[in-house]
Amino acid sequence: MELLANLSLGFSTALTPGNLLYCLAGVFLGTLIGVLPGLGPTATIAMLLPVTFTLPPVSALIMLAGIYYGSQYGGSTTSILINVPGEAASVVTTLDGYQMARQGRAGVALTAAAIGSFFAGTVATLLLALFAPPLAEFALNFGPADYFSLMVMGLLASVVLAQGSLLHAVGMVVLGLLLGLVGTDVNSGAQRFSFGIPELADGIGFVVVAMGMFGLAEIIRNLEREEDRTSAVTKITSLMPTKEDWKRMVWPILRGTAIGSALGILPGSGSILGSFAAYSIEKKVSKHSAEFGKGAIEGVAAPESANNAGAQTSFIPMLTMGIPSNPVMALMVGAMIIQGIQPGPSVMVEQPALFWGIIVSMWIGNLFLIILNLPMIGMWVRIVMIPYQHLFPSILVFCAIGVFSLKNTEFDVYFMALFGVLGYVFTKLDCEPAPMLLAFILGPMMEEYLRRALLLSRGDPMVFITRPISATLLALGVLAIIAASIPSLVKKREETFREE
Amino acid sequence: MASRNPKDLWTGIIYIAFGAAAIIIARNYGMGTAHKMGPAYFPVVLSVLLIVIGIISLVRSFIKPGTPVGKYAFKGLLLVTASTVLFGLIVRGAGLVIALPLLVIISSYASNKFSWKYSLTTAAVLTAFCILIFLKGLGVPLPVLGSWFGR
Repeated sequence: MELLANLSLGFSTALTPGNLLYCLAGVFLGTLIGVLPGLGPTATIAMLLPVTFTLPPVSALIMLAGIYYGSQYGGSTTSILINVPGEAASVVTTLDGYQMARQGRAGVALTAAAIGSFFAGTVATLLLALFAPPLAEFALNFGPADYFSLMVMGLLASVVLAQGSLLHAVGMVVLGLLLGLVGTDVNSGAQRFSFGIPELADGIGFVVVAMGMFGLAEIIRNLEREEDRTSAVTKITSLMPTKEDWKRMVWPILRGTAIGSALGILPGSGSILGSFAAYSIEKKVSKHSAEFGKGAIEGVAAPESANNAGAQTSFIPMLTMGIPSNPVMALMVGAMIIQGIQPGPSVMVEQPALFWGIIVSMWIGNLFLIILNLPMIGMWVRIVMIPYQHLFPSILVFCAIGVFSLKNTEFDVYFMALFGVLGYVFTKLDCEPAPMLLAFILGPMMEEYLRRALLLSRGDPMVFITRPISATLLALGVLAIIAASIPSLVKKREETFREE
Repeated sequence: MASRNPKDLWTGIIYIAFGAAAIIIARNYGMGTAHKMGPAYFPVVLSVLLIVIGIISLVRSFIKPGTPVGKYAFKGLLLVTASTVLFGLIVRGAGLVIALPLLVIISSYASNKFSWKYSLTTAAVLTAFCILIFLKGLGVPLPVLGSWFGR
């Protein structure tokens, strides 16, 4: 069995004491920062990225993946305990999770989330191991035109999933692509938009943009509506679900896993779509649908499983084709490039130890998550309770030092501040920063593929339509946009996001 | 006729401004042709697209009514940004023992629950923590006391 051989190669990479330690450290740090209210996975990863730059590539990516699940789980914890979702994907968890907490069942809700996540993570890891190789092989057939269209599709999908106006989101994508081009043009060596500033020759760092738009802007936004947070619980009494709870959890976890895994693969989606879909489907099929919104355990188990499954399977397009499907994956791509690895189908062939090591470490990370988090829940509860006014200056300090340490220049600190202002203004105008960050990372790649595609076709733009793969991908992207602009669906889309 | 949707209006203006600025800056970069794209080709295509989106948003703001932008948190915006920039300006000269507490105290003033006692404690603890972790632990080349103190 090739799968077994691959997995055992993965285990031998992931199980070295060093990598195990980095995985554990990643999960721990991710959860620690993820439970701090107001910090989602994107900001968490951006903040912790500089720490991993000194590590060897495998360890760095293993640690980053750990940080990702950790912060996502941390976001679920805050959803349940204080009704503050860490990120869009755990928004639905607040609906029933917080209600359960108010009924004194916070521990049970957390256990349901943890067990659902672990099961979903295990299944999704297996799916990843099964589907990544054929997909990577298929991706080897991709020409430059196909890659270009794939990126267009991914960006259009991220537009559909963004909150607010579609038009604004498309604009954010274009603006992101444009900002991504700042610096030296790899082809001609010409300096573009760098204003003669030497620090801009390598372009604007993606960590700088991410920390500004997701870290700083978020702080300013939180200060706007500063209010007393009331936690539903000060102490977790019982973690153990009752027999009845177990029975009610099984199917939601299974369905959530299936839905989340399938939707997570879609570019632009990640785990958001999965958790929303899993919740609404569960509400329809459940025998206890009247209890939804009032503390139904299904309403926690299903979206949490979907959310984690999606987080896992969103690695598939990133690892096999080098195309990030959400801002977190975009940061991972950026991290890989900094480590000297060009993400794409060749990674699996050329660096099998790295590829399989990461996949296996995902499962190990999920295992750590459950071992680490349930016993340590008391500590997380206490961290959740830290008042925001003491918290945000510390976030600011870590952002400032982190950004400085990237290239040891204060210049990046100024730029982070600039993007903080920009990010804040844009959110005020209903322009979501997530599609912009994705486009920012894809900008230079897209230009390169466009250039190559048109060079091969002698300047004929029809190449994007005559190549079947490219045409299919473009059609899918356009279809997604059309579907999102149909009036009845527009209403539905707005409702979905309003649940926040 | 007045604009009925300030969010669309301002987004339109910002997009058009970015697009126009990019085209003006890129005018000397060399367009090339579709076959042999010059450094200006892709940026100009994107800028034109951005301007078109900006114009649609602008026009739409006069047709479709929308919600107001809402109050800006100027105090938070100003203090958070200013303290971050100040940190960048003085961190090499003054060193971390001065730059970090200033960053903490100025930014925490943005909260309407500001208290001297707490922000001074946070500043002290964070500064010690950062010097230990980032400087000693991770080797970030930042001075504890900067060049202004003759070191």
